[in-house]
Amino acid sequence: MRVLKLFLFFIIAGCFIFPVSVFAKPVTINWWHAQRSARGKVVAKMIQEFNASQSEYEVVGTFKGNYDETMNAGVAAFRAKKQPHLLQVFEVGTQTMMLSGAVYPVFELMKDAGYNVDWSRYLQAVLSYYMNADGNLMSMPFNSSTPVMYYNVDMFKKAGIAPLSKSEPITWDELGDITKKIVSADIAKAGMVTAWQSWTQIENYSAIHNIAFASKANGYEGLDCELEINNPQVVHHIAMLKSWADDNRFMYGGQKYQGPKAEFIARNVAVYMDSISAIAKLKKAVNNFKWDVAPLPVEAGTKKLQNSIIGGASLWVLNGHSKKEYKGVAAFLKFLSSNAMQEYWHKETGYFPITIDAYESLKSKGYYKANPFQEVGINQLNRAIPTKISRGLRLGYFVQIRNIINEELEQVWNGKKSPKAALDNAVKRSNAQLRTFEKTYE
Amino acid sequence: MIKRSFFKSRYLPYLLIFPQILVTLTFFYWPAIQGIIQSFLLSDPFGRQSKFVWFYNYIELFTDPLYLKSIFITLVFSIAVASVSLSLGLFIASMANRALRAKAVVRTLLIWPYAVAPAISGIMWLFLLHPSYGVVALGIKKWLGVNWNPVLYGSDAMIMIVMASAWKQVSYNFVFFMAGLQAVPKSLIEAAAIDGASPFKRFWFITFPLLSPTFFFLTVMNIIYSFFETFGIIHTVTQGGPGGSTNILVYKVYQDGFVGLNLGSSSAQSVVLMSLIILITFLQFRFVEKKVQYGG
Repeated sequence: MRVLKLFLFFIIAGCFIFPVSVFAKPVTINWWHAQRSARGKVVAKMIQEFNASQSEYEVVGTFKGNYDETMNAGVAAFRAKKQPHLLQVFEVGTQTMMLSGAVYPVFELMKDAGYNVDWSRYLQAVLSYYMNADGNLMSMPFNSSTPVMYYNVDMFKKAGIAPLSKSEPITWDELGDITKKIVSADIAKAGMVTAWQSWTQIENYSAIHNIAFASKANGYEGLDCELEINNPQVVHHIAMLKSWADDNRFMYGGQKYQGPKAEFIARNVAVYMDSISAIAKLKKAVNNFKWDVAPLPVEAGTKKLQNSIIGGASLWVLNGHSKKEYKGVAAFLKFLSSNAMQEYWHKETGYFPITIDAYESLKSKGYYKANPFQEVGINQLNRAIPTKISRGLRLGYFVQIRNIINEELEQVWNGKKSPKAALDNAVKRSNAQLRTFEKTYE
Repeated sequence: MIKRSFFKSRYLPYLLIFPQILVTLTFFYWPAIQGIIQSFLLSDPFGRQSKFVWFYNYIELFTDPLYLKSIFITLVFSIAVASVSLSLGLFIASMANRALRAKAVVRTLLIWPYAVAPAISGIMWLFLLHPSYGVVALGIKKWLGVNWNPVLYGSDAMIMIVMASAWKQVSYNFVFFMAGLQAVPKSLIEAAAIDGASPFKRFWFITFPLLSPTFFFLTVMNIIYSFFETFGIIHTVTQGGPGGSTNILVYKVYQDGFVGLNLGSSSAQSVVLMSLIILITFLQFRFVEKKVQYGG
C-alpha cells in the first residue's frame, strides 16, 4: 500500500513539475510548406540556421505535398482550429487567402512586433503581387520566379543568327524571322515552344505591354472585375502564334512545363519560354548543346516596356495564435529576408532574392558575372516601376480561370476555334466564375 | 429461394451488423449528406462565410455547356473502357482456359496488371504514347505516318486514356471470367460438340449464357471503375485536356473542389455524379438483369 502511495505521489509530482520544463522550452512555430527534395533541403537548412541563431523560438517545417495539397491542408487545419503559424500558398490562391479573414497581414505583424521594415528596399514587382489595394503587404513573398526565353545557341549559330542580348529584348517579329530561318533550314522540327501558356503568353504578355488582364486594376480594386483578355492586342498575339503553329514556327507542347522542356532538351525546338526556375533543370539535363537565356520578346514600337510578373508562392501568417508566437513568426520572417538567407536561397534554387540589398550584395560579389543566366529575369522584373496593371493579378477562382484559358487556347492550337472566338469564350466562362466568387463573399 | 439463418437471440443479429452499419454511416452516409448540404451553399473554403443559395450551384452547372459536354465525355469514356476491357478480358480468359501447358504461370502473369495502381498505369502509357518522348508514339509517327498527338488532339488523348484504363481492368475481368469458365460443365460442351456445334456456336449458346451473371456483375463494376477509379490515370496522363476533351466528371469534381476550392459547385457535381451512377446501376438491374440466367 505504502509503495503504491509513494508511486502515486511521484506521478502527481511529476505532473506538476513537467509543465515547468515545457515553459523552459522554446516556443514552437509551425510552418507548412510545399518544397521537397532539393528545395526542401534548402528550406530545412534555413530553418536549422534560424533555430541555431537564437533560443527563444523553434521553427518546425513540415512538407505538406504540392501547392494545392498544402493549401487544402491549411484550410482543413484552420477549420479544425489546428492551423500552423505560417502557410505557403501559391500565387493563384492569393485572393482566396486575402478574403479568408483567417490571416494576419504581414505588414501589421511586422509593425506589431516592433520591426520597422523599409519595404521600398524590396523588389517592387515581387511585393506588388501580394499587396492589397492600399499598397500594404499581405503575405511574405517566398519563392518568386518570372518567365524568360531559353534558346539553343548551337542552332542559332547554324542558322547564322547572332546570340541575343541578355538585357534588351528582341521583338516578336524578330523572333518570327529567327524561327522561320531555323525551320526552313531544317535545323529543328519547330521554332518555339512555351510552358505555362496562360502565364507566359497572356498574363506576362499583358503585363509587359501594360494591357489590362481584367478590369478594376486586374481585380485589385474590386470583386466585380471582369476578364479583358479578348482585347485586340492579345487576340493578335494568339492569332500570330496560331499562324506560327501552322508553319511549325510554334509547336504546342502541353499545359505545364514537362512536355515543352522535353522538346527543348530533345532539340526539337530552338526556343523555349519558361520560368527562370528552369535554369537549374536545364543545367542538369542538357549536355549535348549550348543554350542561353534572353528576356521575353516584346511587340515592336512599344513605347514603355513594363515589368514582367511573377509566379511562385508566398508565406501567409494565420490567425489564432498567441502574441508571443507571433513575435517568433516576425523574427523568423525577418531572418528569412536577411542577406545571408536570401543569397543562399537564390543561389541554391534560382528563385529571386526578395530584397534589393541581397541582390546588390550578390552583384558586388560578382555572382552575376559568374552566372549571367540568373540576371536576365531580375532585370526584366525590375525594368520599370509596376503600374496598376503590371503589378499582378488578383482574381477569385484563378485556378479555374487558368484551366479555362488552357482549354480555350488548346482549341485554338488544334484548329477548332478562331483566336477571337476562343478568347471571347474564355472571358465569358471566366466571368461566370468571377461572379460566383463575388456572390460567395458579398 | 435464399437460405435464411436463424438466431436464438433477437438482438444478436443487430449486434453483429452494428459495426458495419457504424462504418457505413460514418464513412458513407455522413459525408454524402454533408455533400448534399454543401451543394446548396456558397461558402469560402475557410468556412467563415456560408450562405444558402437554393439551386444556384446546380443552375450554374447545367447552364454551362462544358459541364454537359463533360457528362457526355464521361459516358463515352466509360462505355469505351467497359467494352474494351470486357471483350479483351473474355477473349483472353477463353484462350487461357484452353492453355494446356503452364496454366498457372499464364494466369498469374495475366492477373499482374491489376496490382498496378491507376496512376502508375497512366504514367507507363504516357511514357509509351507521349508525342515528345513516347517510344511507341515515335514509332506510330514514323512508320504508320499518323500524326499522333494526344497533347493537341482530343480524340488521340481519349484513345490513350481508354487504353490505359482498360488495360488495368482487363486483368480484373480476366480473373472473374476465368472462374466463370471453370464452372461451365465440360459435359455440356462435349455434348454440343458431338451434336456438331461449331466452337463459335458452343461459345455463344452454352458458355456465354452460363457466364451471364459474371458478365453482368463485371459490367456494373467496370462502369463504376471507369467513373471513379480512373481519376489517377486522367490526373497523370491528360489532366482533362486537351481543350477539356478528357475532363470526365470525377476529375472536374477534383479540379473545382480540391484545387479550385469552389466547394459548392464541386459538391453539386458530386451529387450529380452520385445520382448518375445510381441511375445507371438501377437501369442495369432493371433491364439487363432480366436477361441474366442465374443458377443452372
